[in-house]
Amino acid sequence: MSNYIKLIVLGLIVVFAAIGTNYARDLAYQVHAILVMLIAGGLFIWTLRNTDEPDILVDHSAEYMDGVIRYGVIATAFWGVIGFIAGTFIAFQLAFPALNFEWAQGYLNFGRLRPLHTSAVIFAFGGNALIATSFYVVQRTSAARLWGGNLAWFVFWGYQLFIVLAATGYVLGGTQSKEYAEPEWYVDLWLTIVWVAYLAVFLGTVIKRKEPHIYVANWFYLAFIVTVAMLHVVNNLTIPVSIWGSKSVIVWSGVQDAMIQWWYGHNAVGFFLTAGFLGMMYYFIPKQAERPVFSYKLSIIHFWALIFLYIWAGPHHLHYTALPDWASTLGMVFSVVLWMPSWGGMINGLMTLSGAWDKLRTDPIIRMMVISVGFYGMSTFEGPMMSIRAVNSLSHYTDWTIGHVHSGALGWNGMITFGALYYLVPVLWKRERLYSLQMVSWHFWLATIGIVLYAASMWVTGIMEGLMWREVDANGFLVNSFADTVAAKFPMYVVRALGGVMFVAGAVIMCYNLWMTVRKAPAKEASLSVAVPAE
Amino acid sequence: MSKTSEKLPGDPNTTGHSWDGIEEFDNPMPRWWLWTFYVTIIWGVIYTIMYPAWPLVQSATAGVLGWSSRELVQEEMVAFQEANAPWNAKLVETSLEDISKDPELQQFAVNSGGAVFRTWCAQCHGSGAQGAPGFPNLLDDAWLWGGTLEDIEFTIAHGIRNEESDDARYSEMPAFGELLEKEEITQVVQYVMSLTNAQTDDAAAQAGKVVFEDNCAACHGEDGTGDVFQGAPNLTDAIWLYGGSEEALTQTVTYSRFGVMPAWENRLTEAQIRAVTAYVHQLGGGQ
Repeated sequence: MSNYIKLIVLGLIVVFAAIGTNYARDLAYQVHAILVMLIAGGLFIWTLRNTDEPDILVDHSAEYMDGVIRYGVIATAFWGVIGFIAGTFIAFQLAFPALNFEWAQGYLNFGRLRPLHTSAVIFAFGGNALIATSFYVVQRTSAARLWGGNLAWFVFWGYQLFIVLAATGYVLGGTQSKEYAEPEWYVDLWLTIVWVAYLAVFLGTVIKRKEPHIYVANWFYLAFIVTVAMLHVVNNLTIPVSIWGSKSVIVWSGVQDAMIQWWYGHNAVGFFLTAGFLGMMYYFIPKQAERPVFSYKLSIIHFWALIFLYIWAGPHHLHYTALPDWASTLGMVFSVVLWMPSWGGMINGLMTLSGAWDKLRTDPIIRMMVISVGFYGMSTFEGPMMSIRAVNSLSHYTDWTIGHVHSGALGWNGMITFGALYYLVPVLWKRERLYSLQMVSWHFWLATIGIVLYAASMWVTGIMEGLMWREVDANGFLVNSFADTVAAKFPMYVVRALGGVMFVAGAVIMCYNLWMTVRKAPAKEASLSVAVPAE
Repeated sequence: MSKTSEKLPGDPNTTGHSWDGIEEFDNPMPRWWLWTFYVTIIWGVIYTIMYPAWPLVQSATAGVLGWSSRELVQEEMVAFQEANAPWNAKLVETSLEDISKDPELQQFAVNSGGAVFRTWCAQCHGSGAQGAPGFPNLLDDAWLWGGTLEDIEFTIAHGIRNEESDDARYSEMPAFGELLEKEEITQVVQYVMSLTNAQTDDAAAQAGKVVFEDNCAACHGEDGTGDVFQGAPNLTDAIWLYGGSEEALTQTVTYSRFGVMPAWENRLTEAQIRAVTAYVHQLGGGQ
């Protein structure tokens, strides 16, 4: 019966998308309408062929749902490499503007590729990592199969469709021009549907858990899912110019729009890249170290403090703008107070290793996780410092900000994700061990040196250009032209791009290693996927 | 079975829970962490009393220090404006020729004009005034509209071929693609190239001389040395605004060019215009 409903819905989508293709007012919308038409049409035929076939009922309710996580792991690695390559390419475009090819103007120039890079690494790589690990962690720590049956598959494929629509939209010019919220209105609506389904799967699994308490990792994952839903909806309240076009107009205006954008933008960092990844950290570090979490009390206090404080820190992105001074002060104060709650996660991660420090010598995966927590600690100190108005007046708009973001993104988010992937692949594909630990070591060093080159070069150019911009002579006249500051940054731009090349090289080695683990590593005999409470 | 937390001798108590083998120690929060957290909270409260912070219904608390980011920048700007006011007044009073006779005033004009140049002019002319294809080099002695102090000041104030100033310098070369045969264009291009001793097809250049005299000489002069009163470039000095290759010259003759410069009379003060005039004039090419 449900197949008939599916067929009707899919048929309607195909018809609507066909009309959209015909009436499309711009290229991005037209390409997306064709894409949706083809996908819905393919699903229609597939559903039709399976309709009225005898059901083969197998009871999986006693097993964990790992298929969708395996897909998530592959998607994470795939989008990661795409996003890193895009980032490295635009880094070279900044150093060598000739790479903004004449034949690709309007499609592959820096302005089009930059949001492609940021969305690919944050939402495609980071998002898939969060969805896959949260599905894994919530099942293991709740001793329950994912709630909602195939809904988890809808979340996975729905999210991939969101990524493809967003990425192709940027290249073809469909963008709201709001940083980290570039996708246009119909892509936003689709993501909202997928995200609500994600929340339902996660929360449903937590509710039907067989453990008496909810593990700390799940607090962080849940905070991330709920808050991102709220941020996404409020920051993307737009009115489409036409339902047949991608352009829309935001309902907020002026300084309110700017404030909501950075309330969103900062909490994309706070909840997507911090809270969610802390959930990852709280499961995979104790697992890999085989030690208990350092302090339960610390995890409670720093969780609630982090959640309460982060949401107010956004105004520090708008110091010395049209934003009133009072809002700017509050943003700065909440950011500084946030320092210790952020560090609570670092302490709990690092101290969990006490008694297992010797593993740093023998286990490159632990090394990866530890350096990740180290970069987390460094960038959550740097962040509050940069939010101080006096520091911000030097650092704002400079490459220092870019360096700060990347020490967090490459160091913390990247490394903890790599660690989680190295942990997950042998478990999910039932392998005895990874194909090669030496390759993990290579990945570790390439990535670490790459990040150091990246962050150090951006500190140098950032502080240099900040000083050059504000330099005035005795009469108050500006000493440097903007072009002078750009020219002065060239050598550091090359260093940064080389750091990116090293980071990409490490990620490619990881993909090969994970692939070979699945293909060649010895199989493990005992099944890991039976849902049993630990105690 | 999956990995479980290992215990070592001397470990503290755990909370008694276990998830997928993960346990939690019942350790207290590190004291230094807790106290630093308290200190930042206390600092935060004090800071919000000192500075504008808490929103009320119609306004916000102003803070006991009376700090205001807008007032601070205003004060700084006013301080420099007041300090420079006598110099700017002197710059307006003194004739352009006499500015350089007062070394201190000339120095001020060059510093001020340099800052104006780097802010408003460098985008097109380059931060070193070296120019770019389509945007004249201001370091050499080739001037489209004249290189005396008066000429430069007039060009800056009114601009070139814009619609903002009624006095904008204006001239327009015809697009000869509509007036001449392709062969004639080829010939005149060869002739123009021969003026700077470039490699040419002599026969075509000879034929081009006639085309030049009939069509180009009215503005560029019989000898091709140009006319600053019409902004007609000198074609004999091997300095090319849009390139001197056969291809570039053919493009110029066929479609013409229409370089534009904004008028600055309503965007800069008189003192700033005079300062940037003095700055450009002393770069090397001033006449």
